[in-house]
Amino acid sequence: MVNHLNLIAWLAALLQTALFVAMAPLFTIWVKRIKCTLQNRLPPPWSQPYRDFRRLFAKEVLLARTASPVFRIAPYIVCGTTIMAASIIPFVWVNIPFAVMADAIVLVGTLALGRFFLALAGMDVGTSFGGMGSSREMTFAALAEPAMLIVVFALAMLSSSTNLSTIIGFVLDQPLALRPSLLFGLLALILVGIVETGRIPVDNPATHLELTMIHEAMILEYTGRHLALMELAAQLKLTIYAVLTANLFLPWGISRSLDAAALGVSFVALTAKLAVLGALLAVGETLVAKMRLFRVPTFLAVAFTLALIGMLSFIMLEGR
Amino acid sequence: MPPTPALCLYLAIGFALASSVVSFAADRFPVLLRVGSFALLGASSIAALAACILTLTGNLPFTGELPLGLPWLHWQLRLDALAAFFLGIIGMVTLAVSFFGPGYVRSYTHGHSSLGILGVMTGLFIAGMQLVVVAADAFAFMVAWELMSVASYFLVAFEHEEAANRRAAFLYLLMAQIGAMLILLSFGVLAGFAGDFTFAAMGNTNLTPIWAATAFGLGLLGFGMKAGIVPLHAWLPEAHPAAPSHISALMSGVMLKVAVYGFIRLVFDLLGHPHWSWGVIVLAVGSVTSVYGVLYALVQHDLKRLLAYHSVENIGIIYIGLGLALIFFSAGQTTFGVLGLIAALYHTLNHALFKSLLFLGAGAIVQHGHERDLEHMGGLIHRMPWTAFFFLIGCLSISALPPFNGFVSEWLTFQTALQATTLESGVLRAVIPISAAVLALSGALAATCFVKVYGVAFLGQARTRRVRHAREASAGMVLAQGLLATLCLLFGVFPTNTVGFLSKITLDLTGYGVSAATSQGWLWLTPIAPEVASYSAPLILLGVLTALGAWACVYFFTRRRRRTQPVPRRDPWDCGFGPLSSRMQYSASAFAMPIRHIFRPAWRIHEEKIREMDPQLATRPVQLRYLIHADDLSWQFFYVPVERFVQSAARQVGRIQTGHLRHYLAYSFFTLIVLLWLIT
Repeated sequence: MVNHLNLIAWLAALLQTALFVAMAPLFTIWVKRIKCTLQNRLPPPWSQPYRDFRRLFAKEVLLARTASPVFRIAPYIVCGTTIMAASIIPFVWVNIPFAVMADAIVLVGTLALGRFFLALAGMDVGTSFGGMGSSREMTFAALAEPAMLIVVFALAMLSSSTNLSTIIGFVLDQPLALRPSLLFGLLALILVGIVETGRIPVDNPATHLELTMIHEAMILEYTGRHLALMELAAQLKLTIYAVLTANLFLPWGISRSLDAAALGVSFVALTAKLAVLGALLAVGETLVAKMRLFRVPTFLAVAFTLALIGMLSFIMLEGR
Repeated sequence: MPPTPALCLYLAIGFALASSVVSFAADRFPVLLRVGSFALLGASSIAALAACILTLTGNLPFTGELPLGLPWLHWQLRLDALAAFFLGIIGMVTLAVSFFGPGYVRSYTHGHSSLGILGVMTGLFIAGMQLVVVAADAFAFMVAWELMSVASYFLVAFEHEEAANRRAAFLYLLMAQIGAMLILLSFGVLAGFAGDFTFAAMGNTNLTPIWAATAFGLGLLGFGMKAGIVPLHAWLPEAHPAAPSHISALMSGVMLKVAVYGFIRLVFDLLGHPHWSWGVIVLAVGSVTSVYGVLYALVQHDLKRLLAYHSVENIGIIYIGLGLALIFFSAGQTTFGVLGLIAALYHTLNHALFKSLLFLGAGAIVQHGHERDLEHMGGLIHRMPWTAFFFLIGCLSISALPPFNGFVSEWLTFQTALQATTLESGVLRAVIPISAAVLALSGALAATCFVKVYGVAFLGQARTRRVRHAREASAGMVLAQGLLATLCLLFGVFPTNTVGFLSKITLDLTGYGVSAATSQGWLWLTPIAPEVASYSAPLILLGVLTALGAWACVYFFTRRRRRTQPVPRRDPWDCGFGPLSSRMQYSASAFAMPIRHIFRPAWRIHEEKIREMDPQLATRPVQLRYLIHADDLSWQFFYVPVERFVQSAARQVGRIQTGHLRHYLAYSFFTLIVLLWLIT
């Protein structure tokens, strides 16, 4: 632990987190642009999310009459926990000191803390929409979170560590072989990611149609700076799941040292991986229709089962 | 003379008994209860805490004797590290209760119930619990156990004007007595081999595997009945809501822990080397209990009943930790076994803190909002800001969210479970991760449940007039909650120091500690090794505080520049249909509806839709109500069959009761012959 008191390492980790946060809107607009192209619509410019943030931060904040302090503090907590989660995840450099502070289980816990406040904020104003969104969000999260944790467990058993840096290092050291546990884990993580980030077929980030929305229902009452923070958190969460998928299961190219050339390679590799993942997401969202609300538990049960199969296949086939 | 653990222990018990004695006159002078009795309880709790700290920081366990009990066996007392830890838990919660009580019992001063009974029994109850954890022979243990059970029966039956409370109290007493009988039998098996009732003698005997398993099974059922493992939990959701709230806090926060203490003492101290199947049984029981508890909590809308079901869930989590410990100990993997035990002890401490906090918060709501039903609450954060703040901390802790204490113990349990790969048996390697998955599910469902509780009770708009005019609780009541909330945060942020203390307990109990967990200094919690897993709650909190500080600087800087007025308030979006009413909010039943839909087979749901039509206009409803009630499946599948069996068995036995004198004489005669034959 002592060698982690290295100042350069901490600075590098902070810079990496800043890069992570800065790239989150870029990933979102990439997905959106591909979707627009696929659907024969004119895509928004690349700078659109950044312009939105500038506009929202400049706007005046309005509060509902019934809003309590929880409503005002929630955007900061939601955004803060998401940034903290992003800081734990190796982005372009594996051995970040933050990963020692908080392991993969803490990552899940941190995201859960943000979700808790997001759902409370939804309940706070006392409208039906907020309650509806919170109820659905928490229900799906209650099923998605265990699936996510089982994926983490499988990886942790595989590499005998819950530390994200160690896990990625372990996968990097492996010869290229198809491990069933990793394959099932990858599928489960993708399904969980779709649910957690509210993408089609679970939730539609582009609509405000009350019958279908989950995430948008919870943040309906937010304005100005608060809304900007909530939007940033949502975009960051999407990027977090994409980076997790890319770096945990396909980590090749990520840098293990603070060498400039290696970091450059790592950045290019990660950008390419994220571009592919984003394109796949966009294609998926274009091909698949949103499913009925009560089909989602089945979707999640599939994720849970896949994760469990992944873990058990490790124990049965690959252990010892 | 510096205070010794012995002195503190006697003072603790003495003060608790004194508080009981003082309360005899409370019916005539209520002020005695409010001032004298609770002050003495506070003194007792501080003495108990002192005894705990002195024992855990010193080395020698204290052994003593009270001149009570049988002529040849005086009551043996022993204050070792495990007993001191549980004494400390009792002390912490009692301290909070002694702040909370004076304000809370004010509402009973003009009621029908006797304040004297309340004070007398509270003192006896606490003294009984303190005696249970320090008793060092089976006889003293059982006497103290019964003192605790019977005193708490009177507390559950405190408001006995209501038939439901009388029924709850009777159910509680019945199950407590069956449990005590099973515990007695379990001790009987041990005493039969040891030839002595002292725990020291029992711990030194070698039982045959069959008898060891028998004693284990009896102990699991007996202590489980008090702790509330499924399906022996039926008394919990009935008794906790019936008792006054500060008593619920003590019962749920502490008394269940005393049962856990008994189980740990029996299995890890007295029974010797465990068999692996015990671990699997405890693990399975724990997993089922945790999910069952949280699923039933989700469909409750009586706040105290909901909290009672959450106690069932948390007992399940504790038992998962104990099961893991047993499995690893039986396999000889003592490092991980100790870790499981530490996780269980840590969760025991945490649950005592956050569950008492939540029950005290519920008490404040009941007293000032006059409501126990979530469906009638709402918007309490505007009326009771302090209670709302502390209740939120309780909700975050129980939902196992970082950086609060509930998260640390679940994290430790997960870390233990992940070491399953080191076991030889393939079945165990598969079973343990599945139980970890179950634990993850129950943790996530608990978070859902507490979003429901907090969102419906404290946020939104008030649903009834009385809640709309609720007042903040008195200073003492707020202070009590603040104390527990602070402890929840402290035990969450300084896990390494806590694990260091817990390691002393396991070292004393099993001969093994975890040196690896604390080897990296107080900043880092590394349960197995730094490269396997590490968690630094203080650094995370530091990061959070730095971020908050930076934001505050930016905020005040821009604010000074803008010089804005308070944030403007507007009406929320109402879809253009006119003003929102409190009836349009999501209710507790509505919130849990998707969960009810997904886990349908877990409950037997009774729905009732009341629709009163306007007599003038048949299509216009004047009142619409939707009532929902979930029956506990354990009644249908366990209690009712058991009851039928007992009834029919009694009827069969009743056949020999012919009413003829000659038959009874024949029975006596044959009994005599059988006895003579047995003796010779």
